[in-house]
Amino acid sequence: MASHESSYRPTNRLSKWLDARLPIQRMMHAQFIDFPTPRNINYLWTTGGLLSFFLGVQLLTGIVLAMHYAPTAADAFNSVEHIRRDVNYGWLMRNMHAVGASMFFLAVYIHIGRGLYYGSYKAPREVLWIIGVVIFLLMMATAFMGYSLPWGQMSFWAVTVITNLFSSIDSIIPGLGTRIVQWLWGGYSVSGTTLTRFFSLHYLLPFVIAGAVVLHIWALHVVGQNNPTGLEIKTASDSVPMSPHAVTKDIFALSVFVMLFAWFVFYLPDYLGHPDNYIEANPLSTPPHIVPEWYFLPYYAILRAIPNKLLGVVAMFASIIILCFTPWLDTSRVRSSKYRPVYKWFFWLFVITVIALGYLGSKPPEGAYVLWARIFTAYYFMHFLIVMPIVGVMETPSRMPRSITEAVLGSSGQPVNVGAPAAPPRH
Amino acid sequence: MASHTEDGSNRRDFIVVAAQAFAGVGTAIALWPFIHQMNPDASTQAAASLEVDLAPVKDGQAITVMWRGKPVFIRNRSKEEVKQALDVKLADLVDISARNDALPEKTPALDANRTKKGKENWLVMVGICTHLGCIPKGQSMSDAKGDYGGWFCPCHGSHYDTSGRIRKGPAPRNLEVPPYEFVSDTKIKIG
Repeated sequence: MASHESSYRPTNRLSKWLDARLPIQRMMHAQFIDFPTPRNINYLWTTGGLLSFFLGVQLLTGIVLAMHYAPTAADAFNSVEHIRRDVNYGWLMRNMHAVGASMFFLAVYIHIGRGLYYGSYKAPREVLWIIGVVIFLLMMATAFMGYSLPWGQMSFWAVTVITNLFSSIDSIIPGLGTRIVQWLWGGYSVSGTTLTRFFSLHYLLPFVIAGAVVLHIWALHVVGQNNPTGLEIKTASDSVPMSPHAVTKDIFALSVFVMLFAWFVFYLPDYLGHPDNYIEANPLSTPPHIVPEWYFLPYYAILRAIPNKLLGVVAMFASIIILCFTPWLDTSRVRSSKYRPVYKWFFWLFVITVIALGYLGSKPPEGAYVLWARIFTAYYFMHFLIVMPIVGVMETPSRMPRSITEAVLGSSGQPVNVGAPAAPPRH
Repeated sequence: MASHTEDGSNRRDFIVVAAQAFAGVGTAIALWPFIHQMNPDASTQAAASLEVDLAPVKDGQAITVMWRGKPVFIRNRSKEEVKQALDVKLADLVDISARNDALPEKTPALDANRTKKGKENWLVMVGICTHLGCIPKGQSMSDAKGDYGGWFCPCHGSHYDTSGRIRKGPAPRNLEVPPYEFVSDTKIKIG
């Protein structure tokens, strides 16, 4: 972990006794109180704390829901209604869990967008970034399996459509794709058997995410946080201790975000869902228009934009995997888009592209929607494969401050010691 | 201690390699039951074959039955529908395999290879879109039947003709014809 002097002093006999045997309090103190945070981080740097909070919310409410939910084809649909109507505070637990998933994704998209804008994926943060992509994939798998559990029409058909993605392997090795799909289903079609195993995995994966989050934070605390300037912490005046500075900022941002969360939980619990999911699953009737939850819409649009089944599936997965390669695709020597006058515009074009794909993913796959989905899918990949490498080489970055302190106080300002405990210069 | 052989390896090297290999293979074998338990179980595989009485299905009508948890479309095709299906050239097809479980993979997707001889009006297929597994529309009279008069999958816009062959849209294969036979003039056995 990052080397900085610990201000930890065990005060009572128990702390001293423990410190000599398992210095966990010392470690936590070093990593979450003394840890040097860049003094210029803005509110976008509160999303990590938000995400930890929502992982906690999902785990806690999920454990409660599992006490009342029945993972069988016959009972699943009714047990969710039972939770909402009969279980004490069941409505609150269910609403927090369902809305919490949406808030989790909203926060993760801001978190990823911040990383892309400020170049947080660039050396030495490649491993940190890639673990983040892995967490994102785990979140998607967890959310997908969780969505199957209410066993409504959208649940059932989403499972059917998404598990069938693997059957596209049939066009490379005939029969293999079908075998994989039947292995996932535990039968020849989506059934109660599938539901039960998805429930088991839905309970497991959040703990895998929690483990990956520990690695993510570990990697973060080795390389240190990025910041709006993209410069590293060089002197003590560039940083402040995490507590109370960053922690208090996190708590404030969390309080504001929780208001949004509460607004949905109490007033619009079903707004982000789909009404068809209040019809019990029926294997003989496909809803006229299958749409995933809002946070999957851009990928769904990419899947449908490509007329070939295998290539559509490959493009959908590639759209996420490609994020892992950004540390090497981006050739710019400047991290932060703040100092990249050309790339900045492409970044916002990319944001518009993702939002447009999300809109197109919610529309039926016909006419002009298909054409636009193809155009935006093309730009999505061009952004990574063409814009990132070429703009990085061609662009002249604008003048940058020499240090984080200068960015905050201006070039005339004397570096002021704000009382940070010695964060030694990085080497 | 250990006796060295000519190439310098000794008994201890052998024991180390043998122990690691043994543990490795053992772990791999122990993993298999944990993977295989997810495959379709004995009760699912034993799902009996299904007999269907076709007598009530009039000319131009269609019924859907469930077989192995999957919908099976049975359509009593009208003369025009059969003629439409027969008139299609192989060159116009997306998938040129008949996809008939009773015939080899290479069999061309002619209408005759997707029906039983002498019973050409009966088309029996698994009613699951080969794209991503939705149930295509076209079984009921009021359904949209797509640009080719057969079936239309509303999920991602695949059009099937009156022989259940993919003609337009993202689906890669023709609708699958399950193994079935006529046990009497008006009765079939699927599976």
